[in-house]
Amino acid sequence: MNLVTLPVPLVLAADPLLDGAIGFSIVCIVLVKVVVAFTLLLISVMLMVWFERKLLADMHNRIGPAVAGPFGILQTLADGIKLFFKEDLVPDRADRVVFKLAPYLSLVPAFLVFAIVPIGGDFTGDGTVTWFGERTYLQVADPPVGVLFFLALSSVAVYGVMLAGWSSGSKYPLLGSVRASAQMISYEAALGLAIATVFLTSGSLSTHEIVARQVSGSWNVLATGVVPFLVFLIAGTAELNRPPFDLVEAEQELVGGFHTEYSSLRFSLFFLAEFMNVITMSAIAVTLFLGGPAGPVLTDTLGWVWPVFWFSLKVFVFLFCFVWLRATLPRFRYDQLMDLGWKVLIPVALGWFLLIATMNVADDLGWPVLPVVLVGVAVLVCAAALLTGAIDKARYDRLAESADEEAEV
Amino acid sequence: MGYFRGFAVTFHKLFEKRVTTSYPRQKRAKPARLHGRHVLNRYEDGMEKCIGCELCAGVCPASCIYVRGADNPDDAPVSPGERYGFVYEINYLRCIHCDLCVEACPTEAITESKLFEFSFTNRSDAIYTRAELLVDAETGRPQRLPWEDWRDGEDEMTSAWMRATSSSGDATYSGRVAWSGELGYGVRPPEVGQSGDGDATDGESA
Repeated sequence: MNLVTLPVPLVLAADPLLDGAIGFSIVCIVLVKVVVAFTLLLISVMLMVWFERKLLADMHNRIGPAVAGPFGILQTLADGIKLFFKEDLVPDRADRVVFKLAPYLSLVPAFLVFAIVPIGGDFTGDGTVTWFGERTYLQVADPPVGVLFFLALSSVAVYGVMLAGWSSGSKYPLLGSVRASAQMISYEAALGLAIATVFLTSGSLSTHEIVARQVSGSWNVLATGVVPFLVFLIAGTAELNRPPFDLVEAEQELVGGFHTEYSSLRFSLFFLAEFMNVITMSAIAVTLFLGGPAGPVLTDTLGWVWPVFWFSLKVFVFLFCFVWLRATLPRFRYDQLMDLGWKVLIPVALGWFLLIATMNVADDLGWPVLPVVLVGVAVLVCAAALLTGAIDKARYDRLAESADEEAEV
Repeated sequence: MGYFRGFAVTFHKLFEKRVTTSYPRQKRAKPARLHGRHVLNRYEDGMEKCIGCELCAGVCPASCIYVRGADNPDDAPVSPGERYGFVYEINYLRCIHCDLCVEACPTEAITESKLFEFSFTNRSDAIYTRAELLVDAETGRPQRLPWEDWRDGEDEMTSAWMRATSSSGDATYSGRVAWSGELGYGVRPPEVGQSGDGDATDGESA
């Protein structure tokens, strides 16, 4: 569009703050936003760890951390200080460079993803707030490829886990990281397909634009027909390695999984990244499906607080659900995990994506809605039948084959 | 839908009563037979009950008891019998509080108090000597050592195991209450389920 007049690369362009000449005050505002986002995320991780332990305890009829600070709220801080002073070990057989790099590969993506999340802004207008006379988005950056940026970074995070296990020079971490890579790659496909439906509906990759579309229309959770939302939630939980998908660090089988050999600060970085990912994944889910900061502004003064409040509330609901899942569901078996990912989630997400795409095309070409939907559903049912048939046939063959082998023995 | 019923279960737990006791600040009543730190008892006249027979040391599965007996000095006897426990040591780094020593003791010299909250910063504190294990000669109560966390009333039931179970091995035996008198406490009346002869206040004592 107006590439010529833009003094900054297109990657950062959508924010009106960066439209035009960039002076000292604008640099300051950007810096403040970065620092605030960083601090906010760190503090929320601290509270999240506390919240998870407390809520989990409540669901177990226990009390949970109660000693450090009021209601034990400083427990995370105490744990952090303790970890900080622990001895930092690098195993003899570890690949030292990679071993030291891996925690950062986990942590940095977790931080960066949060940069594209709009945490506030009045989306009944153009989604900006006015600070010191400058209009700006309440997000650190709004790249036009925002959601791709998220997918890319969540893939990079896989490297953190994988390399950590591989470089430890020890078998349990290796097993954990092999599981992690397989699991995260499998579920990333479903995750991507669920998000692709959001692109189709919103017509944009920019998070700001996606939120704006949801405010003017209906929230994506309805606009895409709930199914992608559910797929996103399940795949997202798997992507986070949280229960019931926490095979990566299945204590009973793998000691601690990929971070078995880590101690001290490096271990705490993994821990930090894990909980930060929970928060960013919730924030992304809220942004993509639940209208981000959208919600009624109830007071005139301090109107910018309300979107931030609604955003936090929605994220909180997700965080609660993540803990609730952990308290309720036992861990999947590995083959169940793979079956769910490849035989259920990916086909469902793909089928739904095709259906939504068909409806979009039908809409563009002015075809009648009902026949298109009926035909689409019929095609999908046929495909589902074929897939189920193929899976059953494969299982039948496999069983027959193993029966033959047994007979030979 | 059974899959989702679990979520209701965990959610309901949020509103249920918590089972946790905030331990150091809040303590539950201890059970009558709790096995804690040992005491060496005395008779009502202040004589030690231990005769130095080493049965406790022999039965101890953790080998934490060390006893050496010696003949009672003629002019100042320590115990009513021929011999007494000259050296008596229990190593609490090894003791598993199984109470077999209490069962083995023929004179009910060793019983266990309910004290379990004690910790040491060096090995020699962990090895209790006879002087530390003996009950006070005046009051008959266990000594309160500086590293032990005694609460009110906890030193009153030092022979709780003996009282809760018949020392003769049968909780419903008929006849006299079989345990001997202790300094400061005397003989207890029979427990529920035991039929003492009602003459329990002055049982066999030395």
